[in-house]
Amino acid sequence: MKRLFTLTAVAVALGCGCAQAQYTDGTIKIGVMNDMSGTYSDLSGQGSVVAARMAVEDFGAAAKGMKVEIVGADHQNKPDVGSNVVRTWIDVDKVDAIVDVPTSSVALAVNEIVRDKNKVFLVSGAAASDLTGPKCTPNTIHWTYDTWALANGTGKAIVKTGGDTWFFLTADYAFGHALERDTAAVVEKNGGKVIGKVRHPFPGTDFSSFLLQAQASKAKIIGLANAGSDTINSIKQASEFGITQSGQNLAALLAFITDVHALGLKTAQGLIMTEAWYWDLNDANREFAKKFAPQVKGVHPTMVHAGVYSAVMHYLKAVEALKSDGDGKAVVAKMKEMPTDDKLFGKGEVRADGRKIHPMYLFEVKKPAESKAPWDYYKLRATIPADEAFRPMAEGGCPLVKS
Amino acid sequence: MQRVAKAGGDLALRRHSEAIAFLVMACLLVLAPAFAYPVFLMKALCFALFACAFNLLIGYVGLLSFGHALFFGWASYICAHAAKVWGFPPELAILSGAATAAGLGAIVGALAIRRQGIYFAMITLALAQMMYFFAVQAPFTHGEDGIQAVPRGKLFGIIDLADQTNMYITVLVIFLGCFLLIYRIINSPFGEVLKAIRENEPRAISLGYRSERYKLVAFVLSATFAGVAGATKALVFQLASLTDVDWPMSGEVILMTLVGGLGTLFGPVAGAFFMVALENYLTTIGQWVFVVQGVIFVVCVLLFRRGIIGELAQVLRVKL
Amino acid sequence: MFELFGISSQALFGQLLIGLINGSFYALLSLGLAVIFGMLNIINFAHGAQYMLGAFAAYFLLQYAGLGYWWAIVLAPIVVGITGIIIERLFLQWLYKLDHLYGLLLTFGLALIFEGTFRNFFGSSGLPYSVPPALQGGQNLGFMFLPNYRGWVVVFSLAVCLTTWFVIERTKLGSYLRAATENPALVRAFGINVPRMITLTYGFGVALAALAGVMAAPIYNVSPQMGANLIIVVFAVVVIGGMGSIMGAIVTGFGLGLIEGLTKVFFPEASNTVIFIIMAIVLLIRPAGLFGRSA
Repeated sequence: MKRLFTLTAVAVALGCGCAQAQYTDGTIKIGVMNDMSGTYSDLSGQGSVVAARMAVEDFGAAAKGMKVEIVGADHQNKPDVGSNVVRTWIDVDKVDAIVDVPTSSVALAVNEIVRDKNKVFLVSGAAASDLTGPKCTPNTIHWTYDTWALANGTGKAIVKTGGDTWFFLTADYAFGHALERDTAAVVEKNGGKVIGKVRHPFPGTDFSSFLLQAQASKAKIIGLANAGSDTINSIKQASEFGITQSGQNLAALLAFITDVHALGLKTAQGLIMTEAWYWDLNDANREFAKKFAPQVKGVHPTMVHAGVYSAVMHYLKAVEALKSDGDGKAVVAKMKEMPTDDKLFGKGEVRADGRKIHPMYLFEVKKPAESKAPWDYYKLRATIPADEAFRPMAEGGCPLVKS
Repeated sequence: MQRVAKAGGDLALRRHSEAIAFLVMACLLVLAPAFAYPVFLMKALCFALFACAFNLLIGYVGLLSFGHALFFGWASYICAHAAKVWGFPPELAILSGAATAAGLGAIVGALAIRRQGIYFAMITLALAQMMYFFAVQAPFTHGEDGIQAVPRGKLFGIIDLADQTNMYITVLVIFLGCFLLIYRIINSPFGEVLKAIRENEPRAISLGYRSERYKLVAFVLSATFAGVAGATKALVFQLASLTDVDWPMSGEVILMTLVGGLGTLFGPVAGAFFMVALENYLTTIGQWVFVVQGVIFVVCVLLFRRGIIGELAQVLRVKL
Repeated sequence: MFELFGISSQALFGQLLIGLINGSFYALLSLGLAVIFGMLNIINFAHGAQYMLGAFAAYFLLQYAGLGYWWAIVLAPIVVGITGIIIERLFLQWLYKLDHLYGLLLTFGLALIFEGTFRNFFGSSGLPYSVPPALQGGQNLGFMFLPNYRGWVVVFSLAVCLTTWFVIERTKLGSYLRAATENPALVRAFGINVPRMITLTYGFGVALAALAGVMAAPIYNVSPQMGANLIIVVFAVVVIGGMGSIMGAIVTGFGLGLIEGLTKVFFPEASNTVIFIIMAIVLLIRPAGLFGRSA
């Protein structure tokens, strides 16, 4: 089967020069895989499929005579389920590009498979900065955010505003460790001090014990190096134990607007976090949100959804320019060559290591009185310009980058 | 095939029903890759072996182990680690996995055999869960990520398993071989003692059989075969992850065996293929998988205790 | 005050108190399991799911009927208890003549159905349920800040556990129950409706699980998976305590909560597994469990 695909890819590459577009199977098939029913279903889930469809519509595929099909699947946050789906998708269903994939463990597994089968992988949901580091491949682009950008945004900004002693509450698995490591590095680089840390089992339910230890440490900032329901529970229980009331601040190192929604403004107010996109920042975003929300039971788009839209849009432009979709490496190379421009992220670019570049934003959660409508949750504290927001390419350790 | 009313011919057919069924199964499996996605078939075969191993314990000894994922998953991890980090060739990697499972089986068995019935099930579940948490934390398993990009290697140094056909044949041979071994174990003096213990343990003891010893040996054997299944699966998917040691996996193998038919030879195989096919079909509808599994459990326990093969055997009045 | 292995006494007492709170849940749940197992000889694998149903019932009562926590404490166990009675009449009663393992498998299937259905409709991130206003805030105990609600949890669970123990061990109704466990036929001959007692007992055990769920709702997120991992820990608690005695389940539940709390202080990574390790040790020394009578 591998031989068949290589042959097809070669045939397609050869046929590149002529005007007739040759797509594998006659269709450009995009697979949106994420968590459709678990912890991350709100921040990605069905919404990402909707975002992908909106991108296809706005791109005008039908008018251009390009047949584009979107399929969705649930990886249940498990690498083996994700791998199986992707393998079947590529081998049997002839899917050309895999999009989204939150949960870094699944993204890393899919990263390998897509490289082996020479397809395209556009990561919007996952955070592992290794995807543009040691594990980078010529078939993968990491779109929306990563642990380094989050650590840099939240960590640096908080230290600069006086939060210089930190205690970490870390989820005891690879992702939590990575988040803690990256943020600790930023904190220390900017003059702060990490005075303690504790690892909680993943997934956890009761953080009271660990929060007490954080409280006893008297650190000014308690960094939550976890995600999803762990973050929500930690914040809720911290409020219950009067931690925020007694002067310590919580920094959510990975949080989304859907988490704030689940917590409610009363519990979440004052929380500081970094995101790549917010629906209420400008008119184009607001318009997108207005079209998006009714299709997803009123949930407003998160940065992950916006990332899926942007990635699919750029992918379609690249495929159109190449007039083929069979050779993953070629398409990704084209995506790196063309500058990006879409209504949600504006102008940007994709670097050689597969990192998409755009500004990041530091937000603070509003107090209940300050919010005028549901989902009006953030006030903008700072904008981190694109050239400062992501890890410098030379520091990544990506083999594709010629030093 | 003759439809013979004479007792002699009938009896011969019945006596050989298992052999005939085995030949049918083997033929179907050899031809299957032409019709179905080979990776799907290999997955079904690994689970079929896992279910057969589990069935050895519940069907023929009467012990319900709720923690069999422990052996399946840990063998999978050790095999993956051996192949990727220690550079073992595939046959040694699988053997390492099986040996690990055997060792764990001896320890868990020694602890669990002390109690009967429901207690036994709960103890196996709790011990499996403990090993699950250990797997989450142990550095070599890479926790959530699992051991990825496991190389399939060259079998015996010459057969390249990266080729899908070679891999399929290998998995098929492993499955059929272990299946025959299990058949041999069941139909042997040892197997007869196990069935005696299942029927009436006090009487078996009064006849002089050390039932604890027999149960422990059966437990270790069951664990070992489960380990072979897990190790093979790690090579097929080139991935060993937490899902393989988690308790829902234990629940799945129970369901497969129940649906297929407890205590029948071919039941686990049928059940495994059925469930793997069902899950494949249901991935598109996400969490309903659990509900469907639950409904099947309830229906099987209440109405369909003999399972697919059990009912078939009843209808045809043969032994399957 | 004093320091033990680098942890101040303040932190230590705080952790012990939290351990006691967790222990309350273990005690309530293992009590429910023990009661059901005692009468029906069935391990109710659906116990975790019924705990979850209790929490959701509380959420629904608040969301759709505007009935707060104090209503939920009474109504949710009754509602979920009734579903338990329905389950017993519809499914479980056919299994008493069969091998006990089928009961385990059936309730396992039911657990999958409940959790899967709720997961489909409510996702996994969970729903918020706030602490009732009367119990908000907390007391500064000097060595830690104790949220009022958590204190209430310990006190109320203890009360429920002791009341149940008293009813079963010291009242006439309880004696009927215990007699019916020993010899149902004889008790029936005395004119007591044993099948009805069995049904009601199952309903009661399920109601206990639901009560634990309602109490958990303000602290842990109300989520479809809240029972799934908890139930296995409770199994371990039950094995350690031994199925024979009600008091055993209560004492073991609180005790293990304390031990787990201590582990979180000194060796947090092992806090998940410590109960299982203890179970393995207890099995080696006393296979019947700490308070159990040998089968």
